[in-house]
Amino acid sequence: MNWLQTLIDAIGLGSVYALVAIGLALIFGVMRLVNFAHGELITAAGYTLVVARDLPVPVAIALAVLVAVILAWLMERVAFRRLRDAQPAVMLVATFAVAFALEAVWLIAFGARGESADLLSSLNRPAIHSGDVTIRWVTIAMLGVGGILLAGTTLLLNRTKIGLQMRAAATDFRAARLLGVRADQVISVAFVISGVLAAAVAVLLTAQQPLVTPTFGLEITILALVGIVVGGMDRLTTATLGGFAIGFLNSLLGNVLPSSERVYLPSAVFLVVIIVLLVRPVGIFAPRGTSTEERV
Amino acid sequence: MSARGKLLQLLPPALLIVVIGLVGTTVSESTQTEFTGVLVNIAIVIALYVFIGNSGVISFGQIAFVAIGAFAAGVMTIPSEIKPTLLPELFPFIANHSVSSFESLILAALLGAFIALVAGIALMRLNGLAAGIATLAVLEIVHNVLRFWEKIGPGAKSLALIPETTGLWEAVLGALFCAVIAFLHQHSRSGRLLRAAREDASAARAIGVNIHLHRLVAFTLSGALAGLAGGLLVHQIGSITTEQVYLQLTFITLAMLVVGGMGSLWGAVVGGALVSFLNVYLLKLEEGAAVGPLHVDLPNGATLLILGALMAAIVILRPSGITGSRELPAAGWLRRRAQTEPAAGQPVDDNVPKAS
Repeated sequence: MNWLQTLIDAIGLGSVYALVAIGLALIFGVMRLVNFAHGELITAAGYTLVVARDLPVPVAIALAVLVAVILAWLMERVAFRRLRDAQPAVMLVATFAVAFALEAVWLIAFGARGESADLLSSLNRPAIHSGDVTIRWVTIAMLGVGGILLAGTTLLLNRTKIGLQMRAAATDFRAARLLGVRADQVISVAFVISGVLAAAVAVLLTAQQPLVTPTFGLEITILALVGIVVGGMDRLTTATLGGFAIGFLNSLLGNVLPSSERVYLPSAVFLVVIIVLLVRPVGIFAPRGTSTEERV
Repeated sequence: MSARGKLLQLLPPALLIVVIGLVGTTVSESTQTEFTGVLVNIAIVIALYVFIGNSGVISFGQIAFVAIGAFAAGVMTIPSEIKPTLLPELFPFIANHSVSSFESLILAALLGAFIALVAGIALMRLNGLAAGIATLAVLEIVHNVLRFWEKIGPGAKSLALIPETTGLWEAVLGALFCAVIAFLHQHSRSGRLLRAAREDASAARAIGVNIHLHRLVAFTLSGALAGLAGGLLVHQIGSITTEQVYLQLTFITLAMLVVGGMGSLWGAVVGGALVSFLNVYLLKLEEGAAVGPLHVDLPNGATLLILGALMAAIVILRPSGITGSRELPAAGWLRRRAQTEPAAGQPVDDNVPKAS
């Protein structure tokens, strides 16, 4: 086993998880909604790539982004907008329900076995090969796309007016509204961004492994969700770091565990999750002094 | 509230369970199996309610205890003569012993309670989403271990040849038992303190409520009922894989609870019954069936689509569930009548022992 190789692969996968995490954390920030249906945006973009696999690659990717963005916007407009003041459990079940319904749409339209979206599988060949370390193009793409989109989102949040409003809404939604922040607009923009991020994740995932099934986006979404809670979901940076960490840990443990024990990888990852949550319930990256207790 | 007033709250959910059982006797044998399945689902949703409804903490982990109960009851009731050929890797003490179906249900409940207790001691300190994620982690670990550790079960293969002893009346009794336990817990001191903490954790803590302890009690009890429901489930379907007691079941049973109204036992039973029946009949339409004069043949996946859309609609339009998370108002009405007109006749459920 080569440590450098293991680390490089883990960082690549970590950046994909970070992209999922930031999409989830944006929505959670502005409306306290844990969006389980985020995975369906990834799946939708994946199936768009399947349908558009004979088109030129840039066109196919543009279509995937478009579909994910429209679906994200629709989700908010049709379902989640009415739930802004609902209890967390209710919101959560509403997002499950939307995810269920969409998963059924994929099942009806494309079948359970999955379809191949192999328009980018050429990225799977080695880019750099030195000694026993191989860096594949797809890893470089993951790092590159991940880095660019994370930087882009950070710039948008820190340098634009709508970004400022989103951060204000994430800190205190009611106070932000009182100060004139347009709630509907801010939330719509957050969903649109999460759609773009979901499409990017779909492109990267299909480049690595082209099969798109109805549950394509679900597993990574659940793990990324675990990651943002472990990282600390009240801040975008801690949440994103948490998402990165879980992807990194998953890839790392997958390579480090002896092959006979590798089937117990999920147990190992989730055991770490439980331990971290018990030690730091507010999130491992959350600043000292953060508390989950309500102050009276 | 008087003891009789409290008991009247148990009446609607218990009656609904019995009525489902009674109607189940009038239908064909294959439909009866589906009624049995609905009742088992109700038992699972009640188990969820005991913890989630009373504590207000979302748990994605209760299905882990259903899985533990199901596999424990399944593995222990397969006759020990055929176990070595069926499951060659088992630990000797599991392979060499077999118990009756009834004993296996007790075992399932005890094991569910024990694992819930162990997990709960650590996890019940957590609140909100951290608690939800930690319980999800429990589900993932239980699923992962059951799926790959062939010394305790079938691993990734399906566990088959389990005695199919959960008939309609066994399921009715099981669901009733769960409802009665949930009811007793909800009106116990611990249950009421937990519900107070759900409404306002800070205020409850300020008056000295040990939230950790009461959550742990509910979590353990919920684990026991979930284990029992898992045992009922495995004896109903006769063969099971780990995938049947995993995320999909978690989501759908949680949705049943919220659709019914997660704050009341009545809500849990109504939600469980309604969504399960809908699921059963939509699945039938997927296979093709006559509805009145029409022959309906829905495509595969249509059930999931309709169910998902309907659940979303109910949750969005009525966030506190169809029952409004209250016990049935009629129970209150009956109670008032019973109090103002004591001579108007005894309510049928009044089984408080009296000197007679």
